[in-house]
Amino acid sequence: MTRKEKVLWYVGALVIVLYAVVPVAYIISMSFKSEAALSDKQFFPSQWTWANYDGIFRGNGSDLFLPALRNSIITCLVATLIAVVLSMFAAYAIARLNFPGKRVVLTSALAVAVFPVITMVTPLFNLWRQIGLYDTIPGLIIPYLALTLPISIWTMSAFFRGIPWDMEQAAQVDGATSWQAFRKVIVPLAAPGVFTTAIIAFFIAWNDFVFGISLTSTSAAQPVPAALSSFTGSSYFVQPTGAISAAAVIVTIPVVVLALVFQRRIVAGLTNGAVKG
Amino acid sequence: METRSAGDVSVSRPAAKRRGTDKARAEARLGWYLAGPAFVILVAVTGYPILQALYESLFSYRLTAPADREFIGLKNYGVILSDSLWWGALGNTALITVVTVAVELVIGFALAMVMHKVLGWLRPIVRTAILIPYAIITVVSAYAWQYAFGLTTGFMNSLLGLGDFDWFANKWSALFVICLSEIWKTTPFISLLLLAGLAQVPADMTEAAKVDGATAWERLWKVTLPNMKASIMVALLFRALDAFRIFDNVYIMTNGAADTQTVSSLAYNQTISRLEIGLGSAVSVLLFVCVLLICFIAIKVFKVDLARARGEG
Repeated sequence: MTRKEKVLWYVGALVIVLYAVVPVAYIISMSFKSEAALSDKQFFPSQWTWANYDGIFRGNGSDLFLPALRNSIITCLVATLIAVVLSMFAAYAIARLNFPGKRVVLTSALAVAVFPVITMVTPLFNLWRQIGLYDTIPGLIIPYLALTLPISIWTMSAFFRGIPWDMEQAAQVDGATSWQAFRKVIVPLAAPGVFTTAIIAFFIAWNDFVFGISLTSTSAAQPVPAALSSFTGSSYFVQPTGAISAAAVIVTIPVVVLALVFQRRIVAGLTNGAVKG
Repeated sequence: METRSAGDVSVSRPAAKRRGTDKARAEARLGWYLAGPAFVILVAVTGYPILQALYESLFSYRLTAPADREFIGLKNYGVILSDSLWWGALGNTALITVVTVAVELVIGFALAMVMHKVLGWLRPIVRTAILIPYAIITVVSAYAWQYAFGLTTGFMNSLLGLGDFDWFANKWSALFVICLSEIWKTTPFISLLLLAGLAQVPADMTEAAKVDGATAWERLWKVTLPNMKASIMVALLFRALDAFRIFDNVYIMTNGAADTQTVSSLAYNQTISRLEIGLGSAVSVLLFVCVLLICFIAIKVFKVDLARARGEG
């Protein structure tokens, strides 16, 4: 590579970083602006204030935000756990066993992944009201499985297919019991794939908005994205911009930290699942 | 799809044939025990709603007056298909899909090229940065862009010297911001897919073209892109289907005001806001049909071969 080319790619890298960071920086900046400064049309706040964060954690926004945060964490963790366990079994079967209908499982996962989510909302809204699942956490976990299972099955079966399963038998030949062989050889090889899948599934559940606003109505089950859209200001005439920004920053922190810490694995998982399946 | 289990070997040996079939049968049973639960849930959580939506769409059914529920056949579809609201929403959705996917493909490819070429300490930084838009929830990104362009909150107007231009009062400028936020949020996904595709382009082929005197531009069009065709097609199909379902950004930014309704937001408004279950179901079914149509066109016309793209061919 010539020196000129090198500089060009480095400038490109800088542009990417800016591209990714600017909108996030703006929402962080808004979250530190005082109510009066919100309309100053400046990128950075002239005076930094914690008032917006205080408002959503202790002030009048906390009745809406704190339960929503709890709901989001519980719903997404449980949905992720169920999806990962079920798709682990499925992916093991797909990678390791020969059974008729393997293709059917993978194809239906693909079909569900492209299914328009809003099409599920009308019937579920109606049914959930009849059987009492409307505005409950289980009533949100079940549709979340439709979001998390397909990608979990694809990602994990891509990972599992790359595991050298013969090593398990080799270990047994060397005198290990089948349980020992499984635990000492297969589990450590499979663990990264399972973990990556869990993170991706969690991201997808955490991102949901359609089910959140359609299938819940109160702080009993409403997740954060839905709660964000129903914020109100400190009075009827005040726009809740500051509170929304602060809440947005809080829900963004955990996923961005996860993305940064496990970036290598997430990239591998996303591309494996989509390209190799 | 290959498996590396010992069962395959014994099936091919005649002496072990009987034991092999028994084994195959046991393996098939175990396979379904393991994959069954996930499969059943997948089918139930989507199969039931689509059948129910099909059924409900044949009724005049409003949740505020459940007693008046009445079978009306395909009348709901007639009402929707003769309404300009539906065609407007479909037009907006198609426009958003075409624009965002086209722009994302170009930007995504540029980003993938940079990630592919940048080496050393900068590489992990770029790869990490690009995951930020992917990780951020769509609602938050929608708020960030809305505030940036907002009349009272935004810095964009002063940056661009536009004074008091209200981006969300006008259909085209509102759709522009909606597209921008969608592009920002989902380009990373497309560029990661394209990066994986770039890695599959044989390096010696590009080198050979270089030795033969091909310019960088010729190498891109004659060597790199044709070798990436499979991953480009898959990225296109997935993003198009995803963009066609667009909802979150529209709901946050305009909630369908200024003629920015999309098919998904139309279905949502009919069902959840207006409690018109019959009409809402019919819109949902039509959306489903559109998605099927896109899949059909992609597979038949553009010959997107998912199996090959998955590296199995």
